Amino acid sequence: MGLSLTKAAQWTTASSGTGKLEFTPMNESLLKEILRFVERFSSQHPQEAEHVFEEPLQWRTTLVASDFKTDYDISDSAVQSHEKDSEGLPLLQLSPPAVYVRSFSQLSKLVHLADGKKLEEVRACLEENRDPVVKILGRSFATTLEREDAQTDALSVVDKVKDPAKEVKGKLFLFLQKMDKQILSKLLEEISEKVSLDPAAAKNEVELLKQLCSDGEKRVLKSLRYTSEFEFSNGCRTPLWRQVHGEICYLVIEPCDAETLYITYSTAGVFLNEGIKQEGEESGYERTSDVYADLVTLLKSRSPHFAKNINKQDFAAQELPSTHKIQHVESVDGEEQGQPQRSYEQQEKNVHEKAKQQHTVNKAGGRNKNEMCPRWSSFALLSTFGKAEEEEPSKSSGEEKKKLTLGTRSKIKAEFSASSSAVRQSSQKMKTSAGAMPGELTSESSTESEEEEEQPERRLEGDIDRLPEYWQIQKLFRYLKAGNQTTTALTLCAMMDLNLMQETCQLIIRDLGGLEILLNLLDTIEVRCKIGSLKILRKISHNVQISRTIVYTSGLQKIVTILDLPDKDLKALAAETIANVARFRRARRTVRKLNGIKKLVKLLDCVPNLAKLTENQEKDVEVARCGVLALWSCSKSRKNKEAIRKAGGIPLLGRLLKSPHANMLIPVVGTLQECASEESCRIAIQTKGMIKDLVKNLRSDNEELQMHCASAIFKCAEEEQTRDLVRKYKGLQQLVSLLGKADNKQLLAAATGAIWKCSISTENVAEFQKYNVLQTLVGLLTYQPDEVLVNVVGALGEFAQIPANKATIGKCGGIKPLVNLLTGTDQALLVNVTKAVGACATDKDNMTIIQQLDGVRLVWSLLKNPSPDVQSSAAWALCPCIENAKDAGEMVRSLVGGLTLILYLLKSTNNEVLASICAAITKIARDEDNLAVITDLGVIPLLTKLTDTTDDRLRHHLAEAIHYCCMWGSNRESFGKVGAVAPLVRFLKSKDAAVHLSTAKALYQLSWDPNNVIIMHATKVVKPLLQMMRSDVEELQEYASGCVRHIRKLFLANLYHCLSY
Amino acid sequence: MSEMSAMNRKVIRSLAETISKQVEHFDQTEVECLIREFNMLLGPPSSPGRAAQGLDRISFRSILHRMFDITDDLLMDEVFRAFDKDNDDIVSMKEWIEGLSVFLRGTLDEKMKYCFHVYDSNGDGFISREEMWRWLKDGFVRLPPEEDPDEAVKDLVEITLKKMDHDHDGKVSFKDFEKTVREENLYLEAFGTCLPDSMSIEAFEQRVFQEQMKQ
Repeated sequence: MGLSLTKAAQWTTASSGTGKLEFTPMNESLLKEILRFVERFSSQHPQEAEHVFEEPLQWRTTLVASDFKTDYDISDSAVQSHEKDSEGLPLLQLSPPAVYVRSFSQLSKLVHLADGKKLEEVRACLEENRDPVVKILGRSFATTLEREDAQTDALSVVDKVKDPAKEVKGKLFLFLQKMDKQILSKLLEEISEKVSLDPAAAKNEVELLKQLCSDGEKRVLKSLRYTSEFEFSNGCRTPLWRQVHGEICYLVIEPCDAETLYITYSTAGVFLNEGIKQEGEESGYERTSDVYADLVTLLKSRSPHFAKNINKQDFAAQELPSTHKIQHVESVDGEEQGQPQRSYEQQEKNVHEKAKQQHTVNKAGGRNKNEMCPRWSSFALLSTFGKAEEEEPSKSSGEEKKKLTLGTRSKIKAEFSASSSAVRQSSQKMKTSAGAMPGELTSESSTESEEEEEQPERRLEGDIDRLPEYWQIQKLFRYLKAGNQTTTALTLCAMMDLNLMQETCQLIIRDLGGLEILLNLLDTIEVRCKIGSLKILRKISHNVQISRTIVYTSGLQKIVTILDLPDKDLKALAAETIANVARFRRARRTVRKLNGIKKLVKLLDCVPNLAKLTENQEKDVEVARCGVLALWSCSKSRKNKEAIRKAGGIPLLGRLLKSPHANMLIPVVGTLQECASEESCRIAIQTKGMIKDLVKNLRSDNEELQMHCASAIFKCAEEEQTRDLVRKYKGLQQLVSLLGKADNKQLLAAATGAIWKCSISTENVAEFQKYNVLQTLVGLLTYQPDEVLVNVVGALGEFAQIPANKATIGKCGGIKPLVNLLTGTDQALLVNVTKAVGACATDKDNMTIIQQLDGVRLVWSLLKNPSPDVQSSAAWALCPCIENAKDAGEMVRSLVGGLTLILYLLKSTNNEVLASICAAITKIARDEDNLAVITDLGVIPLLTKLTDTTDDRLRHHLAEAIHYCCMWGSNRESFGKVGAVAPLVRFLKSKDAAVHLSTAKALYQLSWDPNNVIIMHATKVVKPLLQMMRSDVEELQEYASGCVRHIRKLFLANLYHCLSY
Repeated sequence: MSEMSAMNRKVIRSLAETISKQVEHFDQTEVECLIREFNMLLGPPSSPGRAAQGLDRISFRSILHRMFDITDDLLMDEVFRAFDKDNDDIVSMKEWIEGLSVFLRGTLDEKMKYCFHVYDSNGDGFISREEMWRWLKDGFVRLPPEEDPDEAVKDLVEITLKKMDHDHDGKVSFKDFEKTVREENLYLEAFGTCLPDSMSIEAFEQRVFQEQMKQ
């Protein structure tokens, strides 16, 4: 727990004694992981769960005595557990609001009791116990353990302490440590999905500069250090929550002639921060300077001494950024010395650790299976390596350990490569051989960074010079360097016969500096050498690290330049290589910056659907195909989509869409569907008449093509006209038939997505209903991955806008799975689920089922979700639920803390959340008792604070809420006192009719109080009200005139009063 | 003079008509242009009455060098041999046009035949180890001093032979050659440049066909 709490969690700046955990998605998942660990602990490790903590964990709980059931002594508000320690003290003690817990079994029970508030409890517990490990194990134990390198020897500690109690403690520590690691790696995984970090480059540069600090005379810097010695497995040194922002490490550099510089090294570049001196700082991350491309440039601009002297150094400044060159040298020379040994050590360490883990697991009786939810199991990526690790024979008793390290090294290596190749296979499975799209994983959810998962720098391990390929390749590169054009071309041909798709070969080529030689050949005028070089590059660039090196050494420049040459073979090969290389963001950006998008779009100009092609035309088509492949890769960056459109790519793609060949159509539609996430592109696609062809290709027998077509329609159907066109071309029926292909999840996700978006038009819903889609969709609510569920539920939400469909959903059993999905974690899914549940709740029968399933409570607890989208969507869903529930008032009251939560959200900064919460308050306030409660909780000042908004949607719901809140006790007066009246009067200036009506209602209610009337009169309310009395809307007339009547009455009374004196 | 050229034009036209029926890839006008080009290259007859029959080796070599950027001494002779089908040490007008048909517009099949013919210098229907050696022997110029260039060439010959010799008889037959080239086009000119590159082709066609037609 230690590491993940200090490195990963984002704490608020601790102004008071205890810091708070920020409400960030990452903290949320951190809490969830810890919660899961605690929940499972007592069932998985019953023995350790009994262990009594050194010190109790103590925090302020929201639980009260009545929450505790059997197994506890309850007296008044205090609670004690039946379970006692050896001295007879209870293991759990509650004296509200504080709770003391002293064992994992009690912790587990407590979170079970907390039910909907589990996360709150965990959060409170962690916030008040910043160092839980110390409390659990005792300070001395924790520190001895910490002194041992955290990475290594927990087991030996277990061995050392013979005392059985301590043994349990040791194991406990192991579990905690293991969980720690798991959480960290999971969070890292999540981050790597979002941002791509390249710590290797940063590291190289820092290492190089470090050398410049050392020698006395020539030194250019006084000192240079990282702020943190801890390095994550992805190579970064920043806390996880900063990694999300792309930050790789922080440096403190003392130049010889300037003040100390505090520097942030991030993916975006290098810049000065507000002064991060050591790890764990809670602020100071803000950028205070320009962003520089690299460290050297920044230092040059800050330190004249550095700028002057860096050029004198042996490594000339311009060589610094291309650290890869230096790497090559190192790796070639250093083979026999440092390099392999280091990796041996690492291997050994891994084996140690693995053995240890197994050891403890076995001792604990039974394997600790990585329990993964079924929906994950389809991802081979996650499971293969884990399994390989687990299934290794575990014969690791103490003495055998050493042998094992040697014996299994090769095995592990083999297993690793096996599992990694399995991953590769599984990702390739989806490609047709004709498609041959490198590294393509697209689905509608393909985001920029999807394929950018940062792989740790792979080095060849062991004696690579013993591999036959090594000598062969080295020899061929010698020939390449020495040859004339003929022998060079022949040598390249010989190289093509190597197994270039094999990672070993690829890495050998890189490590021998072969990439540079190959790239230099692109500068010759000899066409055959260029072709040969590209043919090799095209293959080895499937390796992401090769791709990176190509980009970092400006190789992409040379490849893009070739697109301008007249030779068609060259163009095609260059485009194909670009398709491989442009799999990460920087590469894509480079292509754009080099004007590459324009050049690639130019390649598309050909006529693909002639009955008979000449040899030349055929070549044109092939060039176009390769061009599209490259554009497909590039189109994953937003700016590139726009660039493709601007270069006139969309109509050209439209022409290629007429091609009869799947190997052309797949990249074409793939590119189109990527571009379709931009509105301008969607419109171009629609106006160029491509919807028809997209629909046509839905009928293809190639599932990949169908999938891309469906996701293109999914995205394009944001536009109403597109939705109509899909219907016109009979695409809806086709989409429905794709629902039958339930095995292909990507296809299913795309098809359901298209159905969802198409069903936004009610005509389409009617059309869909001819094919009984609703029943099919309901059937898809269970056992599907999130990507499918989001769309299915989204579609159900749209279908349920039509009353008859609500009943149908209920009748075919759709409510229960929907309610079950409310417990999910995917935010997009939750938004859609709440929307669908809300829509269904307007049907009385459905509402009964929802209530039986406790659905309202589930929706309500989603208000605690960190995402504003989920919050507002949940609040909207609550409105019909409250309105249609039986004994709604009682139900609302039964949700402990529910009303507090609602009012808490009135402090949100998101207008949509505020509007939805106001709407919910409107419903809640219909029940007098509940209105009384929220009044006590301070709803009036909270609502009043919102009255300065200019958002009409919020104004409407806010005025409505004020209207209903007036109807209790002296609330009207209270609203007046906190100053709600004057701003409300200003609402009448809005142009929105809905705002007028609800404001008139609110004013009418407020005008029962004479003091309010005086304020209203003072703010000149009468004139606009008189205008509203002339409105066509009867309701508005009534409220406006009612209000005016109150004003007049008061004045008459006043007059009378005056006269009677 | 104008009568002469009018006469000449007539002769050329009828000549072009016959040749264009016998040679692939060129239409009659193009053949006409090529004939004119040929005559121009031939230059005025050295002695009146005895008109030159065709291009001799020396002038042909300089044409290859100048117009088609083929520079290898050994190979130029072989190209001459391939053009000079009747082995009379002179490239006649018809041989010139036939040769250019492959040179400029040849299909892959035609080019394979031509290249094989060029590389098979003794004309026995096989490219032998010795022939390969001959083409590649000066191929490595910048090897590090400790390395023997002959060894490198030998090695490359073995690698290439192993790749091309599909029937394992220790030499490359046309069938072997054809199969290899179809698998990997780069082997077409495996042993040296003997075809013009696309730039020279374009320049030549531009000059000969289009500019002459304008006249």
